[in-house]
Amino acid sequence: MSENHDIAVIGGGIMGCAAALRLASGGMAPIVLDRGDLGQGASGVNAGTLSLQIKRVRLMPYALKGHEEWARMGDAVGFRRTGGYTLAFTEREAELLTERQTLKAEAGAPIEFVTNNQILTAEPNLTRRVLAASYCREDGYANSSLTGQYYRGRLREASVPYRERCAVTSITRDTQGFVLHTGGPAIKARRILLAAGAWLKPVAAMLGVDLPVDARINTVSVTERMPPLLTTVIGHATGLLTMKQKGNGTILIGGGWQGRGTPQEGRGEVTADSLIPNLSLAQFALPELGQARVLRSWTGFEANVPDFYPLAGELPGVPDAFVLGCVRGGYTIGPYIGRLMGEFILGHSPEMPVFDPGRDFEKDAT
Amino acid sequence: MLIDEQGQAGGQVWRAKDRSILSAPATPESRSGDNLRERLAASGVRQMTDTRVWQIERQGEHWVIHTLRNGAAGRLHSRAVILATGAREEAQPVRGWTTPGVIGLAGATALFKQSIRLPGRASVVAGAGPLVFFVASEIRRLGGTVAAVVTPNTRADWLARLPSMVARPDLLWRGGRWVADLMLAGVPIYWGHAVKSVSGDDQVTGVTLCRLAADGTPLPGDIGIAADSVCLGGGLAPSTEAAQLAGVAIRYRPELGGWVSEAELDGSTAREGLFLAGDGCGIRGAVAAELHGQIVARTALRHIGQASASDPALERAYRRASRFGEAMTVLSALRADPIGLATPDTIVCRCESLTRRTIEVEIESGAVSSNAVKSGQRAGMGPCGGKYCQSSVARLIALHENRALSEIAPPTPRPPIRPVPVSALAGDFDYDDLPMPKPAPL
Repeated sequence: MSENHDIAVIGGGIMGCAAALRLASGGMAPIVLDRGDLGQGASGVNAGTLSLQIKRVRLMPYALKGHEEWARMGDAVGFRRTGGYTLAFTEREAELLTERQTLKAEAGAPIEFVTNNQILTAEPNLTRRVLAASYCREDGYANSSLTGQYYRGRLREASVPYRERCAVTSITRDTQGFVLHTGGPAIKARRILLAAGAWLKPVAAMLGVDLPVDARINTVSVTERMPPLLTTVIGHATGLLTMKQKGNGTILIGGGWQGRGTPQEGRGEVTADSLIPNLSLAQFALPELGQARVLRSWTGFEANVPDFYPLAGELPGVPDAFVLGCVRGGYTIGPYIGRLMGEFILGHSPEMPVFDPGRDFEKDAT
Repeated sequence: MLIDEQGQAGGQVWRAKDRSILSAPATPESRSGDNLRERLAASGVRQMTDTRVWQIERQGEHWVIHTLRNGAAGRLHSRAVILATGAREEAQPVRGWTTPGVIGLAGATALFKQSIRLPGRASVVAGAGPLVFFVASEIRRLGGTVAAVVTPNTRADWLARLPSMVARPDLLWRGGRWVADLMLAGVPIYWGHAVKSVSGDDQVTGVTLCRLAADGTPLPGDIGIAADSVCLGGGLAPSTEAAQLAGVAIRYRPELGGWVSEAELDGSTAREGLFLAGDGCGIRGAVAAELHGQIVARTALRHIGQASASDPALERAYRRASRFGEAMTVLSALRADPIGLATPDTIVCRCESLTRRTIEVEIESGAVSSNAVKSGQRAGMGPCGGKYCQSSVARLIALHENRALSEIAPPTPRPPIRPVPVSALAGDFDYDDLPMPKPAPL
């Protein structure tokens, strides 16, 4: 017995689920498959930062749209628009901050430079050693661990079937389209969307396509509940720190410090060699953090291609196959670019351009 | 190098007495523990006590063990690591189990051994296997009152284990004496019963018992007992987190206490240079653990290139002790259901105050793995790291999905193995020395 669907989405993260929902609202019958649980990969283990100050300049229009999507999802995903500060502690960092945030402001993000006084009034617990800082009122966070719960609910509402713990082991073609082989019954679909995040490379290889996908292994840590210490999202000029205090008092610390491992081997591992400088930088910015105990540190795989721009379009050389992933700032942009991808597959002309997965990745795409 | 969380070696069973009670009479546990500690001191083994291990990483040919001691982080490099992490006690969530005055059975033994403190003036002692009788007889020996002993095991359960128990007549005799003492003293023993709820607001005032059916479901006919304290055990489970973080898989073996780290009899694992000894790879009890430690030490010696023949007599003694220990673990699993006595409003995750009903609603909404429930409701995200709630959550998922418990893996463990202050990891540092990588692409 096998099932027939208009499109099978491989990967039940934010992008796969958002695309499936748009496809369903456009009249297609999708199915979502995930090798684990929905939203438990990068979508569910990232630090949840929604900051325009750490988005790439060319992706800013997508990030602005992404923020609108998160605001709409609201409480169900723990969305908070708190505003956010990006800090520089040295001359070199101050230059970097000025140069980068100016370009991001020109790209449409409401970013302004602020004085030390403004910062100390807003966030009195931060270190006095801030040399320069920028502020963006649009910044905030959502609770990434609610991703699975949220999209499970949305898919159920939209009557979109999903299968968890359903790894696709091989893909063949028949006259109708694709046959997806899993541990259970095969799944048939006329079209296919690969949205498998850091696992895109092995999944595309099942269709004979070599996508140059690599994965970063980002570390995130959380402390026990603390008295109020922060009200906004804190970043660093280099992008190597994100920090926020959640409503329950816990403090979440990220910044893309690299753990160890590969998606093929399973989960990544936290390594003390990067965790310790990550926490040191956080404590430098917020001295009272030293009193907090770290309860958990973990890693998530962030997929990328060599030019660090998204894959969003047709899978080269395979008709009716599409690919979506490798979005820098994918948590923020994911819900929006997922929707765009749905429109693209439906044959509508998307609101903003998608990103051809067949491009030359070695060329600077800016 | 021996690394231990406590101030003195000995673990739970051979826990050392605190200085303030050194003059207290010796017990079989304190004698065995002192004997081990003396041999350890004479052996020249270096000891790092009061030290917590928060992460174990493989780096090249070595294991790196990250420690925390006196508020400062440190690291050790080693070619071989033996993890002897022992057991943790499972919770038995019933209405009122978080009331002050309720402690675990293992927690009660720690009170006796380290500081001769009693859990209260009149205690109900409840749980499976031999531990419940040990705790009850210790309370009496130390001058306390046992209001009742409550155990899900029946006398028939115990009789059925006799053939395995005669492998260690000394242990059988000792256990028999605990029960005989309690009976002579007129302490009521409720065989085949469980504590169904605990009453009291700021302090325990009593418990309600019920009889259990053969499958562990409660039967009608409540019995009320007044008490100011309850020792409530939910059975022992192997502590597997450290081994899991080092890359050792786990397997569901209810007869060995639940999820067990996969290791050979000689302690070797799928990870090179990493060995497991004692209850962490299956609850077999203290006597078996000591023998297992000796076997595993030989394996580790061979790994680092020192000749150390295996000892068939040692292995036979270990098998005998294991047979006894495993029979005790099986007793603990009889009529055991982590959530069988939890009402909808009973707290299951105490760190986050989540009730059974809240967790069931999450499962009904499609969160059908331990990780999904953890993500959606924070069950397991608190300071205990899920140790108190994971068995209950797994059981609720298994019930809802009609799947076997062996298919519901516990939530993924994460470092640190124990909470670590940020300042301990950061230490003193110069900002300019932070190894800052290249900034992200613009």
